[in-house]
Amino acid sequence: MPFAIISCTSVKEYQKSKINDVDMALTTKKSEKNETNFILYREASSGANGGKTGGGCGCN
Amino acid sequence: MKRIFITGALLTLIFNNAKAQDDKSEIDSSYYKNRKLKVEEVNFVTGYYTQNGNNSAVTGGIGSEHLTDVATSIDLKLHKKNKRNNIHSFNFELGVDVYSSASSDKIDPTTISSASMGDVRVYPSASYNYNNVESNYNVGGGLSFSKEFDYTSYGSFLNYSKASKDNNREISLKFNVFFDTWKVILPLELRPPGYGSGSENDKNLVDNKPRNSYNLSSSFSQVINKNIQLSFLMDLGYQEGLLGTSFQRVYFDNGMERIEKLPSTRIKLPAGLRANIFLSDNIVLRTFYRYYTDSWKVNANTISIEPVYKISAFTSFGLLLRIHHQNQAEYFKPISQHSKTDEFYTSDFDLSTFDSNLIVANARFSAPNDGVLGLKKINTVELRYGFYHRVTGLSSHIITLLLKFK
Repeated sequence: MPFAIISCTSVKEYQKSKINDVDMALTTKKSEKNETNFILYREASSGANGGKTGGGCGCN
Repeated sequence: MKRIFITGALLTLIFNNAKAQDDKSEIDSSYYKNRKLKVEEVNFVTGYYTQNGNNSAVTGGIGSEHLTDVATSIDLKLHKKNKRNNIHSFNFELGVDVYSSASSDKIDPTTISSASMGDVRVYPSASYNYNNVESNYNVGGGLSFSKEFDYTSYGSFLNYSKASKDNNREISLKFNVFFDTWKVILPLELRPPGYGSGSENDKNLVDNKPRNSYNLSSSFSQVINKNIQLSFLMDLGYQEGLLGTSFQRVYFDNGMERIEKLPSTRIKLPAGLRANIFLSDNIVLRTFYRYYTDSWKVNANTISIEPVYKISAFTSFGLLLRIHHQNQAEYFKPISQHSKTDEFYTSDFDLSTFDSNLIVANARFSAPNDGVLGLKKINTVELRYGFYHRVTGLSSHIITLLLKFK
C-alpha cells in the first residue's frame, strides 16, 4: 500500500471522468443502507465503513 | 444536561462558522446575484428483510430467530449557493421500520403479543452542511431521533472535511453522540413481584436505563491516478450504560437461569481500507477491508469485493461478495456452559465466533435527461437482492429498491 501512495500522480479535473463516476464513490451507496443496518445487528463488529456505531437497540 | 450542552455546542459551532463566511461574502461580493434554496434530490429507499436461525438469545441461545423487517426511508436534500458560490445544504430524512420477531414473543410465553413481538421504529433526522468552495472545506452537523416501543435514541453529529487544492486528497473527521434510553423488560419468570411487563396496559412500572455512545470517525482519501482512488478509515467508539439486553436469558451449567449480563463500558476500534479501481472502460472493482477489535475481546476481519459491469455511464450491474470472520466476545458461551462464578455472561450468537458470507446482486438504471422509463422526475432506479449466511445456521434474504428523484 505505501507503494501505491508513493506512485500517485496529480490528476487534473478534466482527467477525472472515471474517478468521478458514481460507481467509484468511496462511500457506501444509499441503497446499501438496509444491508449495513442488519449487519450491524447480526455481527458484533461495526464501524469504519460509514455506518453508525451506536444508537438503536438491535436486540431482535 | 450533558446531552443538551454537547448538542448546543455542536450546532453553535457550525452555524457561527457558516454565518461568518456569509457575512464576509456580503461585504466582498454584494454585486453577485443571490440564489434561492433548491431541491437537489429526493431519495426513497424501501426494503424487505427476513431471517431464520435457531440460536435465539431471548431463549438462551436456542429457539427460532425468525424475523421480518420492512424498512422504508425518504430523504430530501436542499441546497443554496451564497454570493460567493459557497453551498449551504440541508438534509431531512424520515425512516420507518416495521418488524416482527418470533423470539421476542418468548419474553412472556403466556401471551401471544408480548412487548416488542411486533414493533414500529420511527427515526427522523436533519443535518446541515456548509461547503466553502474557495477554501475547499466542509463543515456540518445534524440531529437524529429514533423511537421504538422499548428504546429511544437522541443523536447528534459534527463533521469537518478539507480537500487539497487539486481535489486529489481529503481528510475528514466526524464526531457522533447517541444518548439512548431503554425500558428494562425482563423475561416473565425473572420479574420480581410487582415488576411490570413493559406493556402499555400494565399498571406496574418497569425500569429505564441509559446507553450512551460516542464515536470519532476519521478518513483520508487519495486519488492515485486516473483509474484508482482509495481511502483509509479509522473509528474510535466508546459506549457506556446498559449494554446487555435485559430480556435475553442465560442458562448456566447448574440449571440456573439469569438475564444476560455484560460490562457497562465498551471501547471499539475498527480500521478500514477502501480501494476502487476502474479496470477497463466498463468494469469497476470496488474493494473494502476492515479489521475490528474491542475491549470485549471481539476481533474481526471483513473483506468485500464488488465488480461492477457498466453497460453505459448510466446503467450498471454489480455483484458484491463479502466475507467476515469474528472471534467471540470473552463473555460468550452457548447454552448450559456458563458457570455460576462467571462475572459476565451471554449466549447471544451475534457475539460468538463465526464466519459469514454475503452475496448481493445490484442493478442501477439512471437517466438524468429523460428520466427512467420516461418518467422525467425519476433520475435513478436501483434494485438489490442479498443473501446472507452465517455458519451458526442463521441465514437471511434482503431486497432493496431505491428511487432517486431530481
